[in-house]
Amino acid sequence: MKRRRFDWRARAIQIGFVIALLLLWYYLGRSGAVSSIFLPQLPRVAEKFIQIVQSASFYNNLAVTLFELIVAVAIASLFGLSIGYLVGRSRYAVLVFEPLLAGIFAVPIIVFLPLFMLFFGIDVESKIAFGATYAFFPIVLNTIGGISQVDPRFITVSRSMGANERQLFRRVLLPAALPVIVTGLRIGATIGFLAILGSEMIAGLRGLGSRISNLAEGMNTAEMFAYIVFVIILAGILNLTLSTMQRRFDEPRSAS
Amino acid sequence: MRLVPVPDVTQHAISVGSVSHAYARPDSGVVQTLNSVSLDIRKGELLCLIGPSGCGKSTLLNIIGGLVSPTAGEVRVNGQPMRGPAPKEIAYVFQENTLFPWNTILENIKVALEFQGVPVSDRQDRANQAIEAVGLSEFAHSYPHQLSGGMKQRASLARALSLQTDILLMDEPFAALDEQTRTYLGEELSVLLAATNKTIVLVTHSLTEAVFLADRVVVMTARPAEIKATINVNTGHPREPSFTTSAEFSDLRNELYALLRDEIEKTVGGFVGRAAARDRERRAVAGEGGARS
Ligand SMILES: Nc1ncnc2c1ncn2[C@@H]1O[C@H](COP(=O)(O)OP(=O)(O)O)[C@@H](O)[C@H]1O
Ligand SMILES: [Mg+2]
Repeated sequence: MKRRRFDWRARAIQIGFVIALLLLWYYLGRSGAVSSIFLPQLPRVAEKFIQIVQSASFYNNLAVTLFELIVAVAIASLFGLSIGYLVGRSRYAVLVFEPLLAGIFAVPIIVFLPLFMLFFGIDVESKIAFGATYAFFPIVLNTIGGISQVDPRFITVSRSMGANERQLFRRVLLPAALPVIVTGLRIGATIGFLAILGSEMIAGLRGLGSRISNLAEGMNTAEMFAYIVFVIILAGILNLTLSTMQRRFDEPRSAS
Repeated sequence: MRLVPVPDVTQHAISVGSVSHAYARPDSGVVQTLNSVSLDIRKGELLCLIGPSGCGKSTLLNIIGGLVSPTAGEVRVNGQPMRGPAPKEIAYVFQENTLFPWNTILENIKVALEFQGVPVSDRQDRANQAIEAVGLSEFAHSYPHQLSGGMKQRASLARALSLQTDILLMDEPFAALDEQTRTYLGEELSVLLAATNKTIVLVTHSLTEAVFLADRVVVMTARPAEIKATINVNTGHPREPSFTTSAEFSDLRNELYALLRDEIEKTVGGFVGRAAARDRERRAVAGEGGARS
């Protein structure tokens, strides 16, 4: 892998793109070409945004969604990492379970959302379960991939030097598989966030998703957009944190 | 009645007793690699294994090291039968670079010492000593990918030396390097190993390397490998580079090549030998018929 250097030009183009979108939004609203019920004017949304970040109900909803996300990713990681490790260690288990798990992940699990509601109720529990289910798959699949693709020569050489099972895990399998596993965690968290917001919007009592769908039903589009902007910012922060983490694990290796 | 086996009290560091081996193939067949190989290796000896590629040299080395089990026969190290890896007695240098890319050279060696069970307090000193012995002190904190191929193999050698085992197994350690680097590292190795009293088994495909480094060269046949011949090289270590230009050296090298040639032909299905045989046949036929040319 080539070492990535920070490219100011690429970054400037990216920022320019976002500014162009905001300008388009601003002028579309001002020209009156699009009704403000469908696309509220940018300054109105900004105003609402400032209002909501000062309200207590916003923080309650934010706390609910973040709590759901953290618990869901924790559960998904616990199962995904341990099952992924156990499957990844055995070539036969990989042969059996990897296609099975990949197959289930290819099913749009969202059709089972009513079942989650049935089992776990309409409040946070069903959102956690649903988010954890979605986050589980990328985590388990990447862990299987990471562990099973560790170069067998590293395992042979470690055994020849007397490594026991615990040392093999800590000194060889984990560091060798870590970049792939961290990618799985990143994708898992991103998809888990999506699943939680989606399930809140479809049927929820609390959380950012349910707030957004309530505002949409009440035709309160300016405030809805303010929430959407906030979710976008949140997703951006989440992604940035996780990809920074990932890059740190990739650093010392590059081409061997 | 059978007698109780007498414990092995000879001076042999390694004793390979009628070892046979076959790999199971996925298509349910087998690949017979070793056919009843017997070999005694003295303490402090440097023994080279040479043979056509794919004949089973690595397999034999891995059986000696306890990484692969023989299908018949047994290997004894210091008189003890091998039942698995023996990290206290045997260290390895593999053909490919097997340093961990996520660790620096120093860390790689410290991890090796951890695997071997060396106390934490001793690891740093021993790792540094080994790195110094191969002249890589400057690169102790570099990652493997920052080193050249030759340096990587020296670092692998440092890792093996740091384990302070009596036996060192090396599987074509310089095969991936260019010829000059290989020659140079061979000279270095000769100097380095003259100072230790290790028993070394070195697999190589280089005739020059074999004659230059070995006390004894064992020539193996094409698969399934048997021992075809053993050649002694009676020159002390460390050997000067000038040794390679001596008459003794070229005689031994030629003798080795002659032994290997037939085996290589069996492996690669050469045309030179067959063409010559055809030619002889044709001439014989022509002779009988008394035909003109
Ligand atoms: N893990 C394995 N499974 C099946 N066949 C193998 C395996 N390893 C090596 N072989 C086969 O066994 C033969 C001997 O291999 P090896 O000992 O590596 O030869 P050498 O080191 O002399 O080149 C080769 O024909 C090789 O294809
Ligand atoms: Mg080999």
